[in-house]
Amino acid sequence: MQLGPVDYGLWLIGFLLEAYVVVCSLFRKDFLRYIPLNIYMLAVALVTWGQYHFIHTYGLNSPSYFYYYYYSDSLLCILMYLVIIHFYQEVFVEMKVSRYIRGAAALLLAATAFFSYIVVRQNQEHMTTRFVVELEQNINFVVVVLTYLLWGAILKLRETRTRLIQLVLALGVAFSATAGSYALRNLFPDSSYLFRWVPPVMGVWLPLAWAYTLTKVPEDARLATARLVARAR
Amino acid sequence: MIAALICVISLATFLQFFVSYSRSILASSRKVQLSDRVREVTGIPSQEIAADDFQRIVQLVRLCPERGDDQTEIRAVGTYYGLLHVLGQICRSLIPSVAAWTEQERRSCSYFAAVALDRRISYSRDLLTQQAGDRS
Repeated sequence: MQLGPVDYGLWLIGFLLEAYVVVCSLFRKDFLRYIPLNIYMLAVALVTWGQYHFIHTYGLNSPSYFYYYYYSDSLLCILMYLVIIHFYQEVFVEMKVSRYIRGAAALLLAATAFFSYIVVRQNQEHMTTRFVVELEQNINFVVVVLTYLLWGAILKLRETRTRLIQLVLALGVAFSATAGSYALRNLFPDSSYLFRWVPPVMGVWLPLAWAYTLTKVPEDARLATARLVARAR
Repeated sequence: MIAALICVISLATFLQFFVSYSRSILASSRKVQLSDRVREVTGIPSQEIAADDFQRIVQLVRLCPERGDDQTEIRAVGTYYGLLHVLGQICRSLIPSVAAWTEQERRSCSYFAAVALDRRISYSRDLLTQQAGDRS
């Protein structure tokens, strides 16, 4: 498989947007307020740069790139958990349950790591593309479930902060599309080229949507969540 | 089996998140009152805008100088409008309640486009005033 101009274009746009989110937060003095989000964006930007370096040095089909990709992806997954926990803490801030959220999150992270370890250990003799796609599908799906539960909590608690709502929704869009595309690739391996564009496009969507929210939506903007739930009459 | 289940759940949640995200963008424009100027330009006499006016208003938006900060939201709402249009066509005879909902949502998209047009017209006028000031 060879990378074309579209792949490089998406990479470059994604990298620039990720850097923009961090720089924008720094300039607006929001860096500390959204520190897990900024660390995640910074890490994604560095990983993107690293991927480019590994492909050009060792090649796309080399074992070095293979291990770099999956080790860095695991790291990004842990950072994404931290971002979601941060959003949970923001939503439940008035209930003063931060300690319990942190405890539950640590437990979930440990359980996911243990489950992943068992799955990888059982499949270490045949780390095939199919297996890797399945693992990615499962990890992304855990993020989707966590984000969906968070969205449920936002609706239930009638959260009104527009920024928080948009940040969570953008995350939900990105990870549900990614998990869905991996599941489709798993179901139809022969047509996987049709769905392979979804993760890179979502890699551009997430920093783009977050950049939009952090730039355009003021911290004190409020929104009634009842307006966001689609109901047919 | 698990992959199929994950696929269905992910696609359903994707749709829900995308609709809610688009509605969160549309919600910001609902509070804004349209000026007489934009009603005159678009030929829409009342506050209510028809669902099918969206494309026409977006074309007018494109004629105005870009403000540089509204492109992302116009594209996101344009995608949402396109999806609603397709859904509305499919559900028109099958599920009329869903078709009515898509019609209402498309009206919100048109209203959003009119607000974007209003902002761009104001921006163009400011630019003209600034240029006239620079010359004199």
